Amino acid sequence: MNTFKRNLTALAVSAALMPTAAVHAGEVEVLHWWTAGGEARAAAALKEMMEEQGHTWKDFAVAGGGGEAAMTVLKTRAVSGNPPAAAQIKGLDIREWAELGFLTSLDSVAESENWDQLIPPMISDVMKYEGKYVAVPVNVHRVNWLWVNPKVMEDVGVEVPTTLDEFFEVADKLKAEGYIPLAHGGQPWQDATVFDAVALAELGPDDYRKAFVDHDMDVINSEKMEEVFSQFARVMSYVDDDAAGRDWNTATGMVIRGEAAMQIMGDWAKGEFTAAELTPGEDYLCAPAPGTEGQFTFNVDSFAMFRLSEEEDIKAQKDLARTILEPEFQTLFNQNKGSIPVRTDMDMGAFDTCAQASMETFKSSADDGGLVPSFSHGLATTSYIQGQIFDVVTNFVNSNNPDPAKTTDQLAAAIQSAM
Amino acid sequence: MEHTQRRPAGVARASSGLMDGLQRWLPKLVVAPTFILVGIGIYGYMLWTGVLSFTNSSFLPSYGFVGLDQYAKLMESERWLVASWNLAIFGGLFIGICLLIGVVLAIFLDQRIRQEGAIRTIYLYPMALSMIVTGTVWRWILNPSLGLEKLMHDWGWTSFSFDWLVNSDFAIYTIVMAAVWQASGFVMALFLAGLRGVDPSIIRAARVDGASLPVIYWKIILPSLRPVFFSSVMVLAHIAIKSFDLVMAMTSGGPGYSTDLPAVFMYAHTFTRGQMGLGSASAMLMLGAILALLVPYLYSELREKRHD
Repeated sequence: MNTFKRNLTALAVSAALMPTAAVHAGEVEVLHWWTAGGEARAAAALKEMMEEQGHTWKDFAVAGGGGEAAMTVLKTRAVSGNPPAAAQIKGLDIREWAELGFLTSLDSVAESENWDQLIPPMISDVMKYEGKYVAVPVNVHRVNWLWVNPKVMEDVGVEVPTTLDEFFEVADKLKAEGYIPLAHGGQPWQDATVFDAVALAELGPDDYRKAFVDHDMDVINSEKMEEVFSQFARVMSYVDDDAAGRDWNTATGMVIRGEAAMQIMGDWAKGEFTAAELTPGEDYLCAPAPGTEGQFTFNVDSFAMFRLSEEEDIKAQKDLARTILEPEFQTLFNQNKGSIPVRTDMDMGAFDTCAQASMETFKSSADDGGLVPSFSHGLATTSYIQGQIFDVVTNFVNSNNPDPAKTTDQLAAAIQSAM
Repeated sequence: MEHTQRRPAGVARASSGLMDGLQRWLPKLVVAPTFILVGIGIYGYMLWTGVLSFTNSSFLPSYGFVGLDQYAKLMESERWLVASWNLAIFGGLFIGICLLIGVVLAIFLDQRIRQEGAIRTIYLYPMALSMIVTGTVWRWILNPSLGLEKLMHDWGWTSFSFDWLVNSDFAIYTIVMAAVWQASGFVMALFLAGLRGVDPSIIRAARVDGASLPVIYWKIILPSLRPVFFSSVMVLAHIAIKSFDLVMAMTSGGPGYSTDLPAVFMYAHTFTRGQMGLGSASAMLMLGAILALLVPYLYSELREKRHD
């Protein structure tokens, strides 16, 4: 009888509360592809924070790492006039969606929260269309990392290479001892990720920007670019023969198990080391990719905000935008994802050493011009030009007699035709 | 009240007229939704794709017409040429080898052997698997660091080498292998059905004339199976041209883009690279390839009927 009464009371209370919650709060529908381990935990945290503010969270998760499937769904929804409140859209694609008139302005939130002071201009530029914020950055990944297994290096008696020349020397010694010097997966985007790092090392940040952001033909079709290709070919010659089609995390596994010594990959690779219960600085090392010390190729995940009609939903959407940039979420999310917060005023005490080093470089490179958008992850250029470069790079890697001079011409022609 | 009483007569009269009308219209009504759906879902979208291929559509459809620009771009694209050439290799070998294996298996099974039902099921079974499963399994078998090559090395034959899957010159042939494994059982089933339909009295007559079994098959039975042959080629050609899942599962078009097929090219450009115009142009060329096969086939089929 007692329990019955209690249940009844609970029912009455919830019945009394339910409608108020439904009336006052808006609903945010969020399209994302954070479905794997740490990413899913991060998304759940955001959901909780939104619900604490009294809003309803409608999850619209579409699995598939690169988000290709999610983008296809999003296009259908947007064209039929029923877009979600927020969608994970990256880089220059944000501008394209804005140009088509789908996105809403977040300037009221940005002004009251002082986003312009919190976010480095290199990144806030990507989030803006015609000077107005249309998207919120969530995190910053550093792409030019070198992941190292220290036991293998110790066994062969070599140090972590800091320049490309040192890399070749070290790799030769590793190869002689029977290790695979560079773990790699032969997929176009991974080929491009390594090419990205080599290009930054060879060209330097200014010419990198000229080539991949401004598409300056004087840099693209130059002897320097030929040099990039020949160095790149040399780096790739230290990859084992079976790399074709291998996933990036399988390659990271080779470093973890000590079959391979190094991998050039963005800091999401840290998730694999963490999952294997390894400690940074002891069981594995993170160093800037050879020749790119003090420089930072960034890959920023972001949510673009779509134009909505219901007032309550618009309020919920603005709350979502604000919540994403709050320190609490930034810390929780980035610890799970392996990236660093996009705000430069955060206390990094709770992060691991790799993230702390990443943050330091992020801040210093933002000041001295070493901060560049990663073309291999869609931050520097449109998806068509990116695709064209991928084709040229991956064809070069897989060709039986790679010719840097010819490939440079091909690169120039490919970019020209896509512009 | 009056109204309701008068009704039965009226209904009876109306219903006979209605029944007549129904009899005339019902079949058309029943079929109409299908026709409308096919009209929109197939021909409507075909037309739309055709229209898009003349526009500058990027990642959403737009209607700035640019004439044949997208086709010109397509022809200059190195990757499209690789994809088309791959289709020629893949299609030719796939259709040829499937037919050969299918016919031979069908003839063997036709010899009234024991356990024919069981064997037939085993041969036909690969068709029951989806291409994704087939692709994944073959990717594992052919991967040098975990499949066949590793097995041979572990067994002590260390000089054994089979790295076609990761070699950009040979990877396309591994796709052919998997596809043949999948589809030749199906060709066998088609031919077996055809062989069973051949009038046994012809064979007996040929026997009486002293013809040997191979001669009977080669000169009498197989030529009479021409329709089966044609439909097999039609079905296999369709499979070849629309091949997408097998490539995605086995190599994702790699190494590089050396195993790219037109269907993969079309998907990548339309849906992930935001070049809907270029993707549509490639889709139209694929449609053209299918029509080039279909039209002569239909023509020969229809002409035969007139002669009969």
